[in-house]
Amino acid sequence: MFTKLFYLLRARGLMVSMNEWLSLMEALERGLCRNSLLEFYYVARAILVKTEADFDKFDEVFLLYFEHVQHLEEIPQELMDWLHDPKNMKKYDKDEVDARTTFDLEKLREMLEERLKEQHERHDGGQYWVGTGGTSALGHSGYAATGIRVGGEGQHRHALQVAGERNFRDFREDSTLDQRSFQLAFRRLRQLTTRQDGPMDVLNLDRTIEKTCDNAGQLQLEFDRPRTNDVKVMLLFDSGGSMTPYAKLCSQLFQAVNRANNFKDLRIYYFHNCWYSDLYTDPRCMYGESVQTQWVINNLSREYKVIVVGDASMAPSELTWIGGSSFYNRYNNETGLTWLERMHSRFQKMVWFNPIPEAMWQYDYGYQTIEMIGSVVDMYQLTVEGLARGLKKLVSAR
Amino acid sequence: MKEFKGSSSYVVSADLLRIVNVAIALEKPLLIKGEPGTGKTMLAQAISEALGKKLIIWNIKSTTKAQDGLYVYDTVQRLYDSQFGGEGVDDIRKYIKLGKLGEAFSADEQVILLIDEIDKADLEFPNDLLWELDKMEFYIPETKQTIAAKQRPIVIITSTAEKELPDAFLRRCIFHYIAFPDQDMMRDIVHAHYPDIEDKLLELAMRGFYQVRDLPTVAKKPSTSELLDWLQALSLGGVDPKKIEEELPYAGILLKKTEDLTAVKNARNRPKNGYRW
Repeated sequence: MFTKLFYLLRARGLMVSMNEWLSLMEALERGLCRNSLLEFYYVARAILVKTEADFDKFDEVFLLYFEHVQHLEEIPQELMDWLHDPKNMKKYDKDEVDARTTFDLEKLREMLEERLKEQHERHDGGQYWVGTGGTSALGHSGYAATGIRVGGEGQHRHALQVAGERNFRDFREDSTLDQRSFQLAFRRLRQLTTRQDGPMDVLNLDRTIEKTCDNAGQLQLEFDRPRTNDVKVMLLFDSGGSMTPYAKLCSQLFQAVNRANNFKDLRIYYFHNCWYSDLYTDPRCMYGESVQTQWVINNLSREYKVIVVGDASMAPSELTWIGGSSFYNRYNNETGLTWLERMHSRFQKMVWFNPIPEAMWQYDYGYQTIEMIGSVVDMYQLTVEGLARGLKKLVSAR
Repeated sequence: MKEFKGSSSYVVSADLLRIVNVAIALEKPLLIKGEPGTGKTMLAQAISEALGKKLIIWNIKSTTKAQDGLYVYDTVQRLYDSQFGGEGVDDIRKYIKLGKLGEAFSADEQVILLIDEIDKADLEFPNDLLWELDKMEFYIPETKQTIAAKQRPIVIITSTAEKELPDAFLRRCIFHYIAFPDQDMMRDIVHAHYPDIEDKLLELAMRGFYQVRDLPTVAKKPSTSELLDWLQALSLGGVDPKKIEEELPYAGILLKKTEDLTAVKNARNRPKNGYRW
């Protein structure tokens, strides 16, 4: 049942597993959803979605899938008004009503459509019309063996309505982030040293005790190699100019990296639009406060993981021309693209984070240079999701 | 099947209620996430009270290892005993001490196991518990003994989202996010704790509370438990309800950071679009 929903969820990036889906089916089978779409919505969400960041995506898919259910609810306002205050039920013969009102859903829908056309006033307590307190199959607060409840929704809101509110939009992972989420993301950038290298200098108490016990009480010390984070990071920031609107975002990222003091080594350099023969050690990109790019390439080992933050938006000439640098007095003998490729060939683990929304990359002012740079370095949008994907790329084996 | 319907001291929202019962019926761990102070830990207590089952709490700290929850083999005690000729040193079982998980498994009646703040522990911690939570059993190699649950415990896990939990672990759980209570719900919660609170006081205090929470400049937003403390302070201190809006007395109970206190003060000095502060 609902197998299409399963695939729709997966197609929309919610990685629902087979096990979870089977759990939901089990819940359905055991009647935990109480034959109500609203209950089904909550139960499905609890079983299939494991972070509030994905609730919004789930709402979206749920709406899409169950949209066709909604048109049944399009009841004229006038009729709803008649149904507004229900009449109490009178006595009825259950068997008689059961025999008269057992229909399948198709028939019920047909009947409802028919009544909607011919009913022009309020009817309560009867057997035929849409009303309250009666024994017709249509209406509410009455009794029938099968039927469509029209109006009088009680305390439960409609599931589609709840999904439609999309209360969890704020939690979506593709929204941009605060510093804490940055910090959390950087925890993923972790590669522990293996137990094979490094000095054996940490006492393993448990094993010492165990061995000592085995040794009939004679002390036998056991040592371990400690495991530490082995990741070395080089951070390259685009500074000034078109990056100014993203200054806050970048400073948050900067602080998060700085505070994530679990890297073995962290180097931070700055550039303006693109780097050429020099990288600056100061965000103002002042002449003199710099190191030679070639020195960095020669002296830092290949293990460094390079994270570039920049909007990659500039005049194409800044990438492709000799002497195209936007600092007219700092003539470049080689093109920006050459330097970019040279950096990437030394540091294979390199990603570019762009604060411009990904959807805009093709249309924004810098679409040409975004594409050029994107063809050399993997580019991700600077959001929780983009950051996670990019950092994953950095630690992956390939 | 017994159903959880909330308890006298814990106000539970309809959707949470539903999820608790689904988790119990499907025999899967229930993972509860939410802002601090939304009553995640209280939930397990409420369930245990309402269903009349014993509650076993396993508090997770940053140093907790999965093994701690299963059992500890007290080798030092054994060594000690052996040197002084204690009784039954050859019986290893004597030195196996069950952890909270082991305790929950070996209980004769169904218990409720609360694994509190699972995200405090190391990133790998939840993964180390996959098998145990799935099969509800573990093996003690020292005694060649398998501890299997006599009655599958109801497992409640809380998390404050400090760390991401591994996917494999999440797949096995039922998930619920406790959103911060809206005003109506909050009123119910307060009434559950202080049944005879003055209406006027509550009304004004709530207004103050939500105004503080809605200030974008406040970094650490006050939570339910802070509101409850604040209300108690207000009524014990005999503060005139009218003064609450003007002065925000005992603001230190709501706000724990100097920056936040200043932020609120600044906001109050700058009245804008009808806001008193």
